[in-house]
Amino acid sequence: MTETTDDESQNTPADGPGDAASPAASDAEPLLRVRGLMRHFPITKGLLKRQVGAVQAVDGIDFDVYPGETLGVVGESGCGKSTMGRLITRLDEPTGGSIEFEGKDITHLSTGRLRPMRRDVQMIFQDPYGSLNPRHTIGGIIGTPFRLQGVEPEGGVKKEVQRLLELVGLSPEHYNRYPHEFSGGQRQRIGIARALALKPKLVVADEPVSALDVSIQAQVVNLMDDLQDELGLTYVIIAHDLSVIRHVSDRIAVMYLGKIVELSDRASLYASPLHPYTKALLSAVPVPDPKRRTERDRILLKGDVPSPINPPSGCRFRTRCWKATEVCTTTEPPLVALRTGHQVACHHPEPVTGEPAAAGGAGGKESTGGHA
Amino acid sequence: MTDSSESSGTSEDKAGTASSVEPEPEAGTVTEPEPATAPATAAGPVPAAGSGIAPTAFLEVRDLQVHFPTDDGLVKSVDGLSFALEKGKTLGIVGESGSGKSVTSLAVMGLHRASRQQRSKVRMSGEIWLDGKELVGAEPDEVRRLRGREMAMIFQDPLSALHPYYTVGQQIVEAYRVHNDVDKKTARKRAVEMLDRVGIPQPDKRVDDHPHQFSGGMRQRAMIAMALVNNPELLIADEPTTALDVTVQAQILDLIRDLQKEFGSAVVIITHDLGVVAELADDLLVMYGGRCVERGPAERIFATPQHPYTWGLLGSMPRIDRDQTDRLIPVKGAPPSLINVPSGCAFHPRCPYADVPKDNLTRTVRPELGQVDGGHFSACHMAPQERERIWTEEIAPKL
Repeated sequence: MTETTDDESQNTPADGPGDAASPAASDAEPLLRVRGLMRHFPITKGLLKRQVGAVQAVDGIDFDVYPGETLGVVGESGCGKSTMGRLITRLDEPTGGSIEFEGKDITHLSTGRLRPMRRDVQMIFQDPYGSLNPRHTIGGIIGTPFRLQGVEPEGGVKKEVQRLLELVGLSPEHYNRYPHEFSGGQRQRIGIARALALKPKLVVADEPVSALDVSIQAQVVNLMDDLQDELGLTYVIIAHDLSVIRHVSDRIAVMYLGKIVELSDRASLYASPLHPYTKALLSAVPVPDPKRRTERDRILLKGDVPSPINPPSGCRFRTRCWKATEVCTTTEPPLVALRTGHQVACHHPEPVTGEPAAAGGAGGKESTGGHA
Repeated sequence: MTDSSESSGTSEDKAGTASSVEPEPEAGTVTEPEPATAPATAAGPVPAAGSGIAPTAFLEVRDLQVHFPTDDGLVKSVDGLSFALEKGKTLGIVGESGSGKSVTSLAVMGLHRASRQQRSKVRMSGEIWLDGKELVGAEPDEVRRLRGREMAMIFQDPLSALHPYYTVGQQIVEAYRVHNDVDKKTARKRAVEMLDRVGIPQPDKRVDDHPHQFSGGMRQRAMIAMALVNNPELLIADEPTTALDVTVQAQILDLIRDLQKEFGSAVVIITHDLGVVAELADDLLVMYGGRCVERGPAERIFATPQHPYTWGLLGSMPRIDRDQTDRLIPVKGAPPSLINVPSGCAFHPRCPYADVPKDNLTRTVRPELGQVDGGHFSACHMAPQERERIWTEEIAPKL
């Protein structure tokens, strides 16, 4: 892995526990490698804008994303998952840590130097209404990436845009229409077509379906699934809906207050979560089956997420955790692998039961990623 | 009239309701003749009550129509909806955006006519009976006296439903003093008590906070406190947890359930999330294009849904309680425009089984609600045996 020379402020923690991030795929080079990523938004006060504190939106996270896989990121609002998405696409600059894309450090690259990378990393936004310029036609919107990157696709931009429209299930005749003529689901398809225009390697989708109706949501989820198979895409999907995340992801990172508390392959996480927070999250998901209303033992978390300005000492979840003890207030638990492909940051994890089935499922999933 | 007690026969009452509904003359916008009676006449113990006769159920809506004339045409947001609800029971209304769920709830609250601007615009017909009083034809002042005291509402977005300028306490006190002749001190005590009841920590301090000082979950709790301050007998919750995180959602759903048990009120919960209704509702009503396509006891609808749209909703949801499926089964197409509702069955352009009934029936004749069994109704042209077969053979194994 070669480091670029134009980066001085790299303060990667020497290969930490994050190296175990995905042992199942350790043979492949990660497409994206994140170490100790931090983003603190300063809070200033007074005339001189003296900094009096910081919102610790993302506070030291490590993970890898391997080619062809889908990493799901879940967490409650305010846990820093969207900030994380903006950091790895470099729409925002980290205050610490490092981001490597295909072995190249992009943590502090300038806008100009980032431009070649922009072609490979694209983003799908949550709000299909806010993310399309109402004064531009669909053709203009999807054609813009070509213009910005100076790419002349085979057969011309218009033809390529129409091919993209067809790819995402819209009609090529929509080329000259404006965003307001489309429904929410169609707009989200336009956003996807724009993201795919330059054949990116990594697509970061921030809540791609949460603004859509259930029936439309399923259409878009299936579309993203098909496109991944067809184009060999790698996804980082950020969402708060645990059922959607389970459906789309190969591996899942659970975030809480700017930290990753659990990182695991899908089968293992949903079958036996190790972190109490994950357990509570899973138990809170409403299940469309009235018969199970009485059977389930739901863990009700007390209170709200603490403020990221003054996060609790030690383990950040301890204020809402029913297992918290003395050690949780003093020592911050590191993210360690307790099972193959299953990392957790907790002093009192759920008992680990050896589950070869879960690990096997992960291996199978990773192998699909390997070919890309 | 006195409220009928928690009779065991909510479903039967509903059956009776369906039979009592007569299309109003205003329904003239509909071209095809409507079958006047559902085949459920015998099901209910309720004496067949014609239009205008007070029902026995606590809340009964009969052939409600809410239309909005616009420059583009008449928007038929709700077009012939009937349901009944007993005290102590919860009705879940499910549907996509634009299916008329929220318009229904606002109609029950009498809020379509409250705004002066809309009074001239909205066209409402049908009947809404709350505790023996008819609300559609009632004087606005009369409805206003009921609103807040007998019926209250929880809105989806607490930040825009609470006034940013006043403290939470002031807003609850105002809601209380409108209906109760008490001094400010007593009302404030009551506000603190309510905030405490809905689980706000340090209620005596937080009562003086402004809404922006509350977190999302706490705002929703404050709004529930405000809605319940007068012990309303009907509580309408319009997407009460959509803006909340899943852990907070679980807290709020629990709270609504506890409060209902405590106060014995009737609850209407409106949502697009089948998971949420499965947690709370006794009865379920599925809406599509301004009409009810399926309704019945929640357990029945989840166990043996009878309408292709309900199948579609269930197939679209990734489920955490089942084994991992490779693909979701979405409903093709998009929800219909309420200005140009498709002819015949409004769902036919999206229905994979639209061609099962013969003679193009789905495209020409609008299906009416027909009884499947004990209180379970579905508006579909397919024969019950056919639906049963498709559900058990084609749909259920894939969910």
